[in-house]
Amino acid sequence: MATTILPKSPAPAHQPARGATPAVRRSTPLRRRRSIAAWGFAAPFVLLFLVFTAWPVISSLLMSVTDIKSRDLRDPFNVNFVGIDNFSAVLADPLFWQAARNTGYFVVVGVPLVMFVSLMIAIALNTGITRLSGFFRVGYFMPVVTSIVAVAVVWRFLLKDDTGIINVALGWFGIDGPNWLGDPHWSMPAIIMMAVWRSMGTLIVIFLAGLQGVPASLHEAAALDGANAMQRLRLITVPIMRPTLLFGAVLTGIGYLQLFEEPLVMTNGGGPLNSTLSVSLYIYRQFGFGNYGIASAMSYLLFLAIVVLTLLQFRLLSERDPRPRKKARKTTAPEGSTR
Amino acid sequence: MSTMTRQTPDSTSKPTVKQNKTRSIAIGEARPQWWLYLTLGLGLVVVMTPFVWMLLSSFKPEAEIRANPPTWWPQTFTLENFTELFTRLNFPQFFTNSAVVAVFVTLGNLMFCSMLGYAFAKIDFWGRDWLFRIVLGTMMIPGIVMLVPLFVLVSRLGLVDTYAGLILPFLAGPFGVFLMRQFISSLPDELIDAGRIDGAGEFRIFTRIILPLCKPALATLGILTFLGSWNNFLWPLVVASSEDKYTLPVALALYSVGQNENNYGLMLAGAVAVVAPVVVVFLILQKHIIQGIATSGIK
Repeated sequence: MATTILPKSPAPAHQPARGATPAVRRSTPLRRRRSIAAWGFAAPFVLLFLVFTAWPVISSLLMSVTDIKSRDLRDPFNVNFVGIDNFSAVLADPLFWQAARNTGYFVVVGVPLVMFVSLMIAIALNTGITRLSGFFRVGYFMPVVTSIVAVAVVWRFLLKDDTGIINVALGWFGIDGPNWLGDPHWSMPAIIMMAVWRSMGTLIVIFLAGLQGVPASLHEAAALDGANAMQRLRLITVPIMRPTLLFGAVLTGIGYLQLFEEPLVMTNGGGPLNSTLSVSLYIYRQFGFGNYGIASAMSYLLFLAIVVLTLLQFRLLSERDPRPRKKARKTTAPEGSTR
Repeated sequence: MSTMTRQTPDSTSKPTVKQNKTRSIAIGEARPQWWLYLTLGLGLVVVMTPFVWMLLSSFKPEAEIRANPPTWWPQTFTLENFTELFTRLNFPQFFTNSAVVAVFVTLGNLMFCSMLGYAFAKIDFWGRDWLFRIVLGTMMIPGIVMLVPLFVLVSRLGLVDTYAGLILPFLAGPFGVFLMRQFISSLPDELIDAGRIDGAGEFRIFTRIILPLCKPALATLGILTFLGSWNNFLWPLVVASSEDKYTLPVALALYSVGQNENNYGLMLAGAVAVVAPVVVVFLILQKHIIQGIATSGIK
């Protein structure tokens, strides 16, 4: 497939439409006719999009400043404007902060962990595993396509205190495994473990694609200069892979911030002692109570967190491109571009 | 980036044939070592264990699933869990619901996303750029933000607990548009120009020239959409309020946290029933799926 690995930000802005001949410019009858045809193509999608995406996003914002509750569905005129009351109520709610901390824990530990594990596996798959490479790739990828609910049900068994095979396996090494899902200290690590298992396949595939772009000649040159495998990983592979790593981190971060199904199924909705209550789960709980205004306010705070995390990752992972250790390349072209 | 894809075969399949110095050193440096196979193999065993355990245990009687120490191979082989799944629960109904929703969602996405993808890729029309930005921008909005307003909307439309309520919000997604646009952009313009010179209208060009060439992209989009819909959980959980409309994941979740929590055999058989069709489809079509993920990065 001849498409890009990275969804570059909307790029078509300045290039002329490839279908149009150069003579066709702004607002000729031909262009107008094509505009009408194009909007005809767009119409079904745009209609669905307006009703089921655009309007909900806007109305969610509107709801977050009202006291709308589930009973108001029948009587829309009973809804009052309350300003930022919902937001201040949410921010004053200790359980929301607990949920935010839990979600933060999950993201801060889970994302780097899954990135590291996936990168290691991708590099191993990329270095000369010729015979079984397809087989391994399919195997590692399999958890990605399965239903989170189903695998969460299975993991609940695997993580059982006395009869779960994870603790049995730990027992072979003389380790007395914890009561994973029953102990507030171990419940989140258990969920992180399962999430890493489930999501590393996506990252392995993305990283494998990115590794194709690391020229072998650089590794050769570095090897001749006496760089060992670790140094080459740090100084060649990782810098060249930076856009891919960034993409993987953003993707995983957005997904992990929305942690929902795992605690719902594995710890019966956030237990023990709310140690696995995530923000999404708390929003769902508020929605279940019928507090639509509060739930909308919370979901906007989560959205904000996603935007902030994404921007942060862009800063951390792409800014360092004009490297501080650029001595060696100083004389050559000072390319500033990330790609 | 067709060069990228083309590199794959010669960097992996026939390293010894190449006399190229660059390559021979790089390969010699990274000759497949036994410990690499061993580590990857062990990792694979760990990754596969939950599936194997799930499948084996679903054939065990209730008492054996609870046995301490746990058993691997079923000591008494039974199909009781599966028969119970079909008799005590309304399993065929859940299966039908999941299938109906997934089929309609997939068809809708294939149709609407390829149409808009074509317009984005090949027609220079008024409003194209800002429309594309808005559509792409919504890919970042988390599903939970949409939950409340979408539920309010759907219940005002009277679609709670209907197939329409389950299907309509997912009938056309930004991911499909992005995927189709990327693919159609790579098709040569000459084809379209030729069609225009021959007097074909845009719609005819789309159905007769573009769509037949899009089969690989449509296959990828279709599979990914179908899997996504099959595994979708949050929205069906909210909208399907009666058992008649439960999809498989919803039924499985509700039966494993509710009063049936202690019926382990049933839960495991249910998990097998949800996962097995997907795994079979995946093993048959894995090329399309993995390629689609590598292209778009979205599952």
